[in-house]
Amino acid sequence: MIVYLIRRLMQSTLVVLAMTVILFVGVYAIGDPVEILISPDADQMERERAIAALGLDRPLWLQYLTFLQNALRGDLGRSFVFNEPALTLIMQKMPATLELAFAATFFAILIGLPLGLWAGLRPEARSSRVIMATSILGFSLPSFWVGLMLIMVFAVQLGWLPSTGRGPTAELFGVQWSFLTIDGLRHLILPAINLSLFKVSLVIRLTRAGVRETVLMDYVKFARAKGLSESRVIFVHVLKNIMIPVITVTALEFGSTIAFSVVTESIFAWPGMGKLIIDSIYVLDRPVIVAYLMIIVLMFIMLNFTVDVLYSVLDPRVRLQDQKA
Amino acid sequence: MAPTLEVRGLRTHFFTKAGVLKAVDDVSFSIEKGKVLGLVGESGSGKSVTGFSVLGLVDPPGRVVDGEIIFQGRNLTGLSEEEWRKIRGRDIAMVFQDPMMTLNPVLRIDTQMIETVLAHEKVSEQAARARAREALTQVGIPSPDERLKAYPHQFSGGMRQRVAIAIALLHRPALIIADEPTTALDVTIQGQILYEVQKLCRDTGTSLIWITHDLSVVAGLADEICVMYAGRIVERGPVDAVLDEPLHPYTRGLIGSVPSRNVRGHKLMQIPGMTPSLLNLPPGCAFRTRCPRADDDCLVEPAITEPKPGREVRCYHPHLLDTVA
Amino acid sequence: MSPPPAEATTVAAPIAEPVRAAEETPFRRFVADFAESKVALGAFICFVLIALAAIFAPWIAPQNPYDLAQLDIMDGRMEPGTVGGAGFTYILGTDDQGRDMFSGILYGLRISLMVGAGSAFIAFCFGTGLGLLAAYFGRRTDAVIMRLVDLQLSFPSILVALMILAFLGKGILNVVIAIVVVEWAYYARTVRGTALVERRREYIEAAECLALSHQRIVFRHLLPNCLPPLIVVGTMQVARAIALEATLSFLGLGVPVTEPSLGLLIANGYEYMLSGRYWISFYPGIALLVTIVVINLVGDQLRDVLNPRLRK
Repeated sequence: MIVYLIRRLMQSTLVVLAMTVILFVGVYAIGDPVEILISPDADQMERERAIAALGLDRPLWLQYLTFLQNALRGDLGRSFVFNEPALTLIMQKMPATLELAFAATFFAILIGLPLGLWAGLRPEARSSRVIMATSILGFSLPSFWVGLMLIMVFAVQLGWLPSTGRGPTAELFGVQWSFLTIDGLRHLILPAINLSLFKVSLVIRLTRAGVRETVLMDYVKFARAKGLSESRVIFVHVLKNIMIPVITVTALEFGSTIAFSVVTESIFAWPGMGKLIIDSIYVLDRPVIVAYLMIIVLMFIMLNFTVDVLYSVLDPRVRLQDQKA
Repeated sequence: MAPTLEVRGLRTHFFTKAGVLKAVDDVSFSIEKGKVLGLVGESGSGKSVTGFSVLGLVDPPGRVVDGEIIFQGRNLTGLSEEEWRKIRGRDIAMVFQDPMMTLNPVLRIDTQMIETVLAHEKVSEQAARARAREALTQVGIPSPDERLKAYPHQFSGGMRQRVAIAIALLHRPALIIADEPTTALDVTIQGQILYEVQKLCRDTGTSLIWITHDLSVVAGLADEICVMYAGRIVERGPVDAVLDEPLHPYTRGLIGSVPSRNVRGHKLMQIPGMTPSLLNLPPGCAFRTRCPRADDDCLVEPAITEPKPGREVRCYHPHLLDTVA
Repeated sequence: MSPPPAEATTVAAPIAEPVRAAEETPFRRFVADFAESKVALGAFICFVLIALAAIFAPWIAPQNPYDLAQLDIMDGRMEPGTVGGAGFTYILGTDDQGRDMFSGILYGLRISLMVGAGSAFIAFCFGTGLGLLAAYFGRRTDAVIMRLVDLQLSFPSILVALMILAFLGKGILNVVIAIVVVEWAYYARTVRGTALVERRREYIEAAECLALSHQRIVFRHLLPNCLPPLIVVGTMQVARAIALEATLSFLGLGVPVTEPSLGLLIANGYEYMLSGRYWISFYPGIALLVTIVVINLVGDQLRDVLNPRLRK
């Protein structure tokens, strides 16, 4: 298990390194680093001083090492617009995005699991076909359009839910959260549903496939032969087996949920990192862009790593294999 | 005394897209308290479906279409799902063929045993656990306390089958249906389990239906045997009588093809041809196309006759002693 | 000619059979298989109509929505069905600049389809080329290309697109580049998988024995046999490209404001939607939705028809 952990950790580090190279090349080779790292408002003197200070006159590989060194120290440059360290700026916006992404994941499981279970237990039923057809739509519809429709129906026409912002927040562990206030929760609903659409479809398909496979297993029949109630057979024997792939995939998808929150946050004016990055791209606040990308990539890699480890904890069979190895 | 189980004219058909598959077609047998009935046949002869029918566990598109299943004087056909559930595991238990598949891989042994107890009795969890421990000891599993906390994959195949048998014994059922429970095991373990099951049944007065394709297994175990072919019982009688003097040509073929019963150097007898597809059985006797004794009479389905006391056979030309050359 | 209806074949089987065999080409059989699903056929017809509407937009549209001289600001935000100052009816209403939404949608479709199909095609060439290289040369080449594919596919499309737009800036060309970078990996993976199977077949061995050039073997022998799955992936990727372009344009990172695609039209109407003027966003959205769903339906049926394992 430890050997496995170390190996996975090394792989992850390599990918992070590769990504820093890509980002570095993106910033320094494709764009003009002077333009990227030095505020456009600076005058000629300041520019030259900054170029020397940043070491932009030195060879490229040396510059890369400096870039890496600074990044390791958490220094990813200062935002031109806010004149604050880019990293700090992003960390401030992160809780809002995380909250949205968690709510979306929660919705995906809350809605997707029962629907997938239904469709898997009654594959021939008309209702199941409707569920599956809808899940195809969830895969192919652009999420921004669905978001607009949600606003049109629930905020404008019916006036049930607010469509912009986070609403009032309350503090927990030193961070502001929307879900702690009733009104904040109401603000959270529409964006979370919008962001969860793709994942709902995914969970429906995974659950359905898993159920169809599992109900044919001998152990399900054996559970029935033991005289267990149908609900115990389904909710314990079947569900526990399909939860492993469903949780794994949902967790793996968490990273892309955060990435796609860019769209949802723009529509619902949700003040998270996604909104920040789009605003930063508009005004070419490049230190913030680089910092955002670095953080997202790190998050992705950490997520992959955690899921791999979690998977081996969740599935007793995997656990044993690792002990043997 | 009334038999523990009496099955009369059971028909279980599968309504598939390709047509109606008559997996069990007019099957009748009965079993006394504490006796062992061997249900013998090739794969696809309907013996497993017969077992599942008695438990009310035929999966769609299959359905019991006709017949009576009288268990302890009560007709089970037409029971509600909840009434069936109360019988399963408590009055009639089942042991499956593949021990690798019958235990749920993601649930611990104690969970799977305790839920069986609690499904039928309102006892405390401690009491249920004590029962589980006792049952494990009964089937010869050492250090049951430790084993209860283990997952199925931590057991060998033979051990798992013992656990499955222990689960079947939890409620001291009046009848256990064992569907080829030793086929997937090593020969030595097979012998141990056969011996123990026989002992347990004798001690507790449990009746046993032992489903197998292996005549040598039932030879030492069963009191009575039924030979099935293509969904019908073709011969039924006390085990010694049937094995010593098989009446039906098919039984004769089966016995002839068991190596141990032949003298060394002699050619093993074999039954020509293949098991017919149940979807399009030829009219008349299903064994007709492979039978050395078939003639035009066999084009009409033969009825069950009793050419000798206690012996039943479904054939126009049984091998009665005087006719054997 | 379409194949004879089912009853005709059964009734007149002996006569019809040889005639049919002579006329049956792979393409005819493909068309017949495809048309078996009424939904897919309807989707295909729908797609053709949409494409025609986009191509002939200048002749169909009552107004050139990109020509600011033709727009009348007085006609801004009119409801569907209003007759405007220019004398024709705005059947789908107008946006804030007095642009006829119907014309706007037709022209927007044009841009969306062009960007979608164009970038999908470039990605196709790029991805297929690299995938074929990986499969044909194997070893190092394969390892490097496929590592890149894995890395690319492990990040969500929107993130990769944002990264590229962040470095290159906004603009329609950069959107095309972003879509190509996002999509090439799907083609590469698909073609490599198929090509690895095909390359072990005898006809490739035969071609190698004839000492044909690598180039000729790869493009004349290997590629044509890998096409069916590529066509399926390609169709789906066109839909994805259109959706991605619309998303990026909606975020304001795509096409310029003066020549809006569907995504930008929707974005423009967004603020008016909150005040109940739904049509500015709603109708372009429907056009986008129908286009994407229709292409996906066609792609679904193509997959069933072109999948050799499912073929009877």
